[in-house]
Amino acid sequence: MRRSVARLVVGATAVALTLGACAQGTGGGSDDGTADAGAAGDFDPEAQLSGSLDVMGFGTGDEIATTRVDRAKEALGEDVEVKLVEGDLDIQQFLSAVASGQPPELIYANRDQIGTFASRGAIIPLTQCIAGEGITTDDFRDPAIDQVTFDGEIYGIPEFNSIQVTMANSELLDAAGLTIEDVNGSDWEALSAANEALKKGDGGSLSVIGYDSKLPEFLPLWAHANGTDLISEDGRTAQLNDPKVVEALEWAISIYDAQGGFPAVKAFRDSADFFGAGNQFAAGSLGAMPMEQWYINVLNDVSPDAPMAFDTVHDRNGEPIAYASGSAWAIPKGTDNPAAACRWARVMTEVDSWVAAAEARKSLRAEEGKPFTGVLTGNEAADEAVRELVEPSGDEVWDAGVTAMYEANDNTFSLPANPADAEFKTAWQDAVNSVLNGQAEPQEALDAAQETAQAALDQAWQKWEQEG
Amino acid sequence: MAAVVDSLPAEERTRAVARRRRGRRETRAALLFISPWIIGFLVFTAWPLVNSAYLSLTDYDVINDPNFVGLDNYRQLFEDPKIATSLGNTLFYAAVQVPLYVLVSLALAMLLNKAGRAAGFFRTAFYLPNMTPPVAVGVLLLLVFNGQNGLINEVLGFFGIDGPNWTTDPNWVKPAIILTSLWSVGSSMIILLAALRNVPQELYDAARVDGANGWQRTVRITIPMISGALFFVVVINTIAAFQTFTEAYTAFFGSGNTTYGNEAALFYVIYLFQQAFEFLNMGYASAMAWVLFVIILLITLVQLRVSKRLVYYEGEQR
Repeated sequence: MRRSVARLVVGATAVALTLGACAQGTGGGSDDGTADAGAAGDFDPEAQLSGSLDVMGFGTGDEIATTRVDRAKEALGEDVEVKLVEGDLDIQQFLSAVASGQPPELIYANRDQIGTFASRGAIIPLTQCIAGEGITTDDFRDPAIDQVTFDGEIYGIPEFNSIQVTMANSELLDAAGLTIEDVNGSDWEALSAANEALKKGDGGSLSVIGYDSKLPEFLPLWAHANGTDLISEDGRTAQLNDPKVVEALEWAISIYDAQGGFPAVKAFRDSADFFGAGNQFAAGSLGAMPMEQWYINVLNDVSPDAPMAFDTVHDRNGEPIAYASGSAWAIPKGTDNPAAACRWARVMTEVDSWVAAAEARKSLRAEEGKPFTGVLTGNEAADEAVRELVEPSGDEVWDAGVTAMYEANDNTFSLPANPADAEFKTAWQDAVNSVLNGQAEPQEALDAAQETAQAALDQAWQKWEQEG
Repeated sequence: MAAVVDSLPAEERTRAVARRRRGRRETRAALLFISPWIIGFLVFTAWPLVNSAYLSLTDYDVINDPNFVGLDNYRQLFEDPKIATSLGNTLFYAAVQVPLYVLVSLALAMLLNKAGRAAGFFRTAFYLPNMTPPVAVGVLLLLVFNGQNGLINEVLGFFGIDGPNWTTDPNWVKPAIILTSLWSVGSSMIILLAALRNVPQELYDAARVDGANGWQRTVRITIPMISGALFFVVVINTIAAFQTFTEAYTAFFGSGNTTYGNEAALFYVIYLFQQAFEFLNMGYASAMAWVLFVIILLITLVQLRVSKRLVYYEGEQR
């Protein structure tokens, strides 16, 4: 029943080697297999294209995807055969394909993977693609572009933006004599007090979670709220044991400690019907938490009568903030049809495509008798155009949610691309988990994580510079 | 051989040559029949093994050419605190899970051996959980062992016992995984049941005549007579325990739970997987795989040595 992953590693690496040895060249748009090595003219938006376009990691799950895919196929023309390999991007499958000289033409990856792929030479810089196809990168949100910019060059075309909004149960707030401002993060002492006032029970008998600071995933949010980031702007220096990060972790942990400890809160959190009508807000078992904006739609769908209150998350100076993440299109090294890949990325992320997709969603929502709450695209111009399609629903609560979402989207930050994305992320998340589990103190855990993360960064950057 | 044939009378010589040709034909046919396996073994086992041994001496990220680093990866293993953690977790798991798993398998097999006509139904019922995909079992773990409303704590609550937070408390994570592993106990149970069915009834009859009670019959007859099957089950489950991955990965490190990886569930192969497919350190992961291979080999050799004194094989000459 159990898979022998040890055997899998051996098999995968050997197959990659074998295929790599058999490969007879990598094709691609230029002699060295990189689209960037060609001239901007290789990526002419008027050029007639042909061949195949294999897209790995992207599926047509909803109207936002299908509308844009239809437009992209039309722009490519009938001579280009498009094949979508649906599901999340399988990193091992992708890298093996590149190593064997048979890469897909395009991948759809998380933005936080772009630095690692770029540093390994698995994807190519898009400078010529952007210039040739006329992709207006100025339209994109800076944090989104920062996430796909590695060592000064853009390696991905961003799309979608995932951000956080403060969500709260207004009835629980009222009963405790609190307002949404008490739990929006602008005052940590007030938030700790609100947590005490909202929570019911302790440890094994917890019946209401007062506030959920959403560790470990939102440590970057709390660190930024406290005036620093987990990594330097150039992506070279870990700042995990910065006193402000330590303070942020200590505070976020104290929220759980006040409720009987993380294991108790997590067990109670996991028992909620998160996507159902009995979710924690509808059931009155959670006071407040920061959460990604898509959850507003989930709540509106499954529990439209839930007593909700929304606000942005604020930093300690009272300014709205959100930690942005999302996806990006990237062209693998050695691809056969970089011109088609580039045009696909351009059409999928251009303003008109987003507007068409938003209109399709709006009409579908109207058919269901539900409000259109907008789409966050990662493209500022597209966001503005789509926002014009959003009309007040007449329900102040949910409209406030949409307003908070757009305000948060205008105030995002992100962590820069680096060549050791996965190791860096694992280092700080392991540190937080060890504190959550009571196995280490915040300072001690973050000191160890700093050492691990910095070693991984140093090694990866050194390798990049040697091979670059 | 040819000289011997040449010295034979003509008729016998003809027969000997014909026999030799037939023998060669049969050998060729046999090789032809087993050639798919031989080719498969060479391509998918022997060649990857040799390659992984080489890769374990390199810095390799799948995309770029392997860079020879000698024994650096093996040296790094000793300095990596997560190796100690993951190996400790794995050893604890194997030390507790294997005996428990074998005992439960044996107990169920012995019960089924007495079940008469109903044995067929229960044999199927106990084996069916093996059909469940391991990923689903990982999800099941989170549901059944949830500290607030999981089935286990509900049952414990019925008896007035406050169950622990199995899936979030580091002290209870491994026990939860060990108990979950009993979900697939049916496969070993079937093997032991088959062995129990082969124990000659005359031995029990003779023991009864000699006044042996149930416990004595079990210890003196049943266990020794099925010791070969028991040994097989122990060895196979020990190897499987050292390679445990899917259920724990799904529950604590998979896509639905990526942000909260409980270190108490970090088994050796999970860390190996992370190094290989998340951090793209294929060379280091290959070194880890070889260390695991050596550990399993040593433990299996010890088990084989011990088995020589404890295991009875029917028809064996000593």
